[in-house]
Amino acid sequence: MTDSIQAHADEKPAGLWRWVVTTNHKDIGTLYLLFALLMFFIGGTMSMVIRTELFQPGLQFTDPLFFNQMTTMHALVMIFGAVMPAFVGLANWQIPLMIGAPDMAFPRMNNWSFWLLPFAFSMLLSTLFMPGGAPAGGWTMYPPLVLMTGDAFPYLIFSIHLMGLSSLMGAINIIVTILNMRTPDMPLMKMPLFVWTWLVTAFLLIAAMPVLAGVVTMLLTDRYFGSSFFNAAGGGDPVMFQHIFWFFGHPEVYIMILPAFGVVSTIIPTFARKPLFGYASMVYATASIAFLSFIVWAHHMFTVGMPLVAELFFMYSTMLIAIPTGVKIFNWVSTMWRGSMTFETPMLWAISFVVLFTIGGLSGVMLAITPADFQYQDTYFVVAHFHYVLVTGSVFGIFGAVYYWLPKWTGNMYNERLGKIHFWCSVVFSNLLYFPQHFLGLAGMPRRIPDYAIQFTDWNQVSSIGGFGFGLSQLIFVYVVFHAIRAGRKAPARVWDGAVGLEWSVPSPAPYHTFQEPPKLADGQLQSEGV
Amino acid sequence: MNGIKRIVTGLTAVLLVQAAPVVQADYTLNLRQGVTPISREIYDLHMIILWICVAIGVLVFGVMFYSVLRHRRSQGAVAAQFHESTFVEIIWTLVPSLILVAMAIPATKTLIAMEDTSNPDLTIQVTGYQWKWHYRYLDDEVSFFSLLATPRDQIENRSPKGEHYLLEVDQPLVVPTQKKIRFLLGSNDVIHSWWVPDLGWKRDAIPGFINESWAWIEEPGTYRGQCAELCGRDHGFMPIVVVAKAEDEYRQWVASQKVAQQSEQALSEQEWSLEQLVARGEEIYNKTCVACHQPGGVGVPNVFPPLKGSPVATGPLEAHINIVLNGKQGTAMQAFAGQLSDLDLAAVISYERNAFGNNTGDHVQPTQIKAAR
Amino acid sequence: MSSVNDRYYVPHNSYWPILGSIGLCALFVGFARVLTGENIGSTLMVVGGLIMVLMLVGWFGTVIRESQSGSYNQQVGRSFRWGMCWFIFSEVMFFGAFFAALFYARVLSVPWLGGEGSGFSTHLYVWPDFLAAWPLLQLPDPSQFDVAKAPMAAAGIPALNTLILLSSAATVTWAHWGLKAGRRRQLIVGLALTIALGLLFLGLQAYEYRHAFTDLNLSISSGIYGTTFIMLTGFHGLHVTVGAIMLMVILGRSLAGHFTPLGHFAFEASAWYWHFVDVVWLILFTFVYWL
Ligand code: HEA
Ligand code: HEA
Ligand code: HEC
Ligand code: CUA
Ligand SMILES: [Cu+2]
Repeated sequence: MTDSIQAHADEKPAGLWRWVVTTNHKDIGTLYLLFALLMFFIGGTMSMVIRTELFQPGLQFTDPLFFNQMTTMHALVMIFGAVMPAFVGLANWQIPLMIGAPDMAFPRMNNWSFWLLPFAFSMLLSTLFMPGGAPAGGWTMYPPLVLMTGDAFPYLIFSIHLMGLSSLMGAINIIVTILNMRTPDMPLMKMPLFVWTWLVTAFLLIAAMPVLAGVVTMLLTDRYFGSSFFNAAGGGDPVMFQHIFWFFGHPEVYIMILPAFGVVSTIIPTFARKPLFGYASMVYATASIAFLSFIVWAHHMFTVGMPLVAELFFMYSTMLIAIPTGVKIFNWVSTMWRGSMTFETPMLWAISFVVLFTIGGLSGVMLAITPADFQYQDTYFVVAHFHYVLVTGSVFGIFGAVYYWLPKWTGNMYNERLGKIHFWCSVVFSNLLYFPQHFLGLAGMPRRIPDYAIQFTDWNQVSSIGGFGFGLSQLIFVYVVFHAIRAGRKAPARVWDGAVGLEWSVPSPAPYHTFQEPPKLADGQLQSEGV
Repeated sequence: MNGIKRIVTGLTAVLLVQAAPVVQADYTLNLRQGVTPISREIYDLHMIILWICVAIGVLVFGVMFYSVLRHRRSQGAVAAQFHESTFVEIIWTLVPSLILVAMAIPATKTLIAMEDTSNPDLTIQVTGYQWKWHYRYLDDEVSFFSLLATPRDQIENRSPKGEHYLLEVDQPLVVPTQKKIRFLLGSNDVIHSWWVPDLGWKRDAIPGFINESWAWIEEPGTYRGQCAELCGRDHGFMPIVVVAKAEDEYRQWVASQKVAQQSEQALSEQEWSLEQLVARGEEIYNKTCVACHQPGGVGVPNVFPPLKGSPVATGPLEAHINIVLNGKQGTAMQAFAGQLSDLDLAAVISYERNAFGNNTGDHVQPTQIKAAR
Repeated sequence: MSSVNDRYYVPHNSYWPILGSIGLCALFVGFARVLTGENIGSTLMVVGGLIMVLMLVGWFGTVIRESQSGSYNQQVGRSFRWGMCWFIFSEVMFFGAFFAALFYARVLSVPWLGGEGSGFSTHLYVWPDFLAAWPLLQLPDPSQFDVAKAPMAAAGIPALNTLILLSSAATVTWAHWGLKAGRRRQLIVGLALTIALGLLFLGLQAYEYRHAFTDLNLSISSGIYGTTFIMLTGFHGLHVTVGAIMLMVILGRSLAGHFTPLGHFAFEASAWYWHFVDVVWLILFTFVYWL
């Protein structure tokens, strides 16, 4: 095998151009991850504008319209630019390595999936400089408000089309890779859980993204071609948009969490040195969550005035999601139970994920209770809920994954002390940032407002301080990665002594081409079998 | 790992504080109990579910942190190798299911009660506009707009903020206590959401459709809320104030409103001098138009056109009257024909044609507006 | 190297994707500029479109050459098949969004506006003169719209078109049998017939659109009935066009002797796509024209 790797190393083109034309899953994974980091910073900077304006009541720094642009763009950039590409980047790097494939199933299309993104986001971000400014109708783009956007409107729609196309091709690639490129020794029920969660996520993407593409196309025709999908005067209904949007939107939030579940299910057994408690039930739980995610969408719309039966149905179905998610939480806890744990940085992220995601999930269950949601809806309680699941959930999951696999990617260990500092700063500040938002929401502060009544001042200040701290902590992360690449200690092939899986059977850094021949699986090399 | 433990104890402590029933009136960490039977039911529901969630959290995190403390390699723990247990898995599927059923039952009851808008004692139609609320008492032919009353100086930090900063209006919604009030919610432009926390609910106001909800307010008082659905630039600046009065006081108020509306009507029949019109127009402008066209008529570049030197406000009068009366489809410029009286329209148009350096000298009489309608 | 037959084919660097990104971006930015009324929009669109054509021809050309040179093995074939299946599934979901809009309007929003169910107050206070009906010709607020005179009938051209598409499904299957049995003539005749039927369908559809615009005054801007009618049939027509182009490429490749009875993924993919377009039409015919 070494020979063929050597032979292939010659193909590696040099210079910057390499990154533009590459078909190598590792290169493309790196591109995705770097792009995601850049977008995380851009979206984060926008959130800093939000937190700065909200530091005090009164209008200090922004025009209300610009504030709304920041809120809208912050969410679009974070969701479509940071979290989703980061997970696709992880998939690109890890899935072929974990299933013993030479590359992704469609390497050229893989390149295209990535290279659509910089174009899509250039288009989206350029709207900030357009007459009338960037979109300001919220990331949910409800008509008729969004139809009043200035010249930015078609750019918003088309950039979403491009992102959708990118995700769609990425998802098809991943799903086909998993279904068709596994080493013959690996049946579905022996795949690593990260691969399983991505298989399900890819399915969700393929089912949900075209619906988003469809509904934003309807917005476009309503604005420019006189159609009346969302106009009651012509027989349509603005609420119709919300139904179709959330049919995409709810699966979308699971698209952003399922791969993180996979990451946590990989990290915890490694550092507990104990097999995952229930492999099969984890798989079934993932599938149930995916199924349920398609029948709960209207829990975002309890206040639009749906018929009673619909409100009851969506309340019950939403509550059901707590069951498979609980199965996952309990599985992680029982994996830790009577393990032999150590607490390297990836494990710290994973443990904090379990706690903080659960807090976010529990507030989700509160939101699912329809009558109570009549009070919570569109307040900072919702903002707190989704940042707990998205930031201390998805983003923490991504950080955990990066620390876990960085030595495999770069061949160098990161600095454990710095990693821990990054972790502790992030945990402390993110809770300072988001926990008080629960209070604000319950006390009656609506979301998407640039100015607020004076009784909300104190907690907003705490939250803003947490926000600045959390933002600055991320600079440590950049330094950790940079330091690892430049000055890190050399990493062995099996970086973590408790780790199982094929990725640890190749040297660190992983050679440019791996698994030209399907590998044979030795005993104990798979997650489902134990160490 | 003391750090993690500290954080979690900290968090749980905060959570407990939050749940503590001792809350002050204005400085609250928790949901309001509100002033209607439904809002209290919702509050109780909220508390039950909050406590269940806290209990689940304490349990799960407790087990996990026990394990984190005890089953660590530095304590000499050796990894057990057990996994898979159908029995345990069934338990931890079943128990949460039962908990969920326990939550769903009271939730369903409350929801069914909330949706019953039949047999109201009075009906109020609420219509959202960018960015103000319009109230119409269907049983009494009384109607008016309700706008933010906080001075711009406070918003722009030039003077100290008042007690009800951003939660005060020029004309509150007055309602009787101890009556079933049915609200019909609609919108003139984009989606808004009418929310008074003390009534226990919010409901979206959707253009082209009417949503229904109801409230039974137990005690007289002033209850404040806000628009809760993003509706554009001044979404944060369209508050709601409900003043609940005992039945007889409420009746008196209705009567006085009727008288006021009639005398308003009579004013439109008179001839007005330019100075009078401009003075009145300035007031109207600062209430109704300033949110978009800005003080000094300078507008917001590329979003709201300036009226200072605008071709419409300095050009032919018909075009000016037309856009103010009928608005412009598909833009934020709404039709003011139904919002302002002939007098007020004449006044604001006269003002716009003679202020901000627009020196047309034009003088528009209410009768001209009446003719143009 | 990687072209050894028992190994998965991993292609080398490729310029096509970046070209595709540039082309698509130019196309969209051009379109956006057209919509906002800025200049050089249409030029940019044409340039973007040309780049896309170049990219597609080049990319598929490369794939065809690789396939003909025997670089692909069965596993690659399976990947392609899976890929196509999931792509078609995504298309199903795309159409699903528009069908959802149709059903929402027919079953919920129009009846509500007419006062049914929870729409009682809506009708009473906002649209007292509105009568709910489907096809919706009398609108809640006719003043904003170019109201249609009559609905599109199901009998006549739409029914004929149904027949045409169904027969084309038969001919493409017949061509497939020919291919599998090594009967080249049957393959080519079958394909040619399918394409001809597809083009006939498109021609009739175009004729029907003219009828709709001129005689019935039915267009995308004549209320939700016209909106759903045009969007659904329009997107379907677009897909028929794409399918027909795919089949033409296949026909060209068949004439060049490309396929073997065992390895003909491209043919299968096009045929699946054609069947998908066919099924969409059947649903469309039922709910847009007929019921
Ligand atoms: C990663 C993203 C993510 C995830 C995973 C979730 C998970 C959940 N969400 Fe969340 N949600 C969002 C992202 C996410 N959400 C976003 C972005 C919004 C706002 C969008 C916008 O308006 O802009 C939102 C809004 C939102 C609303 C609408 C609020 C409103 O606008 O009024 C609701 C209402 O039901 C809801 C519910 C839930 C539920 C029930 C879950 C469940 O999946 C949670 C399940 C987890 C647990 C319950 C914890 C673990 C379980 C146990 C320990 C078992 C025992 C527990 C019980 C028996 C209760 N979410
Ligand atoms: C994955 C998604 C994601 C992520 C990661 C985040 C991350 C953050 N979010 Fe966001 N957010 C959303 C998704 C997300 N958010 C969504 C969907 C909405 C709803 C939008 C809508 O209503 O339409 C929202 C809305 C939202 C609001 C409500 C706005 C409103 O209603 O008006 C707020 C307010 O506090 C907020 C804050 C933050 C903060 C402080 C972070 C922080 O975690 C960010 C931290 C990162 C950085 C700061 C960048 C890195 C560091 C630097 C660049 C160094 C420089 C730093 C300093 C100068 C301090 N977000
Ligand atoms: C909610 C926002 C909003 C409010 C409130 C508003 N306007 Fe406007 N106005 C607009 C917008 C947007 C336009 C531009 C319409 C267009 O695109 O032509 C406009 C245009 C105008 C014009 C034409 C200006 C020009 O040069 O084209 C006049 C005159 C005008 N408004 C007067 C008024 C008056 C008088 C009031 C108050 C009684 C008022 N507006 C309140 C948003 C508003
Ligand atoms: Cu009206 Cu927000
Ligand atoms: Cu949801």
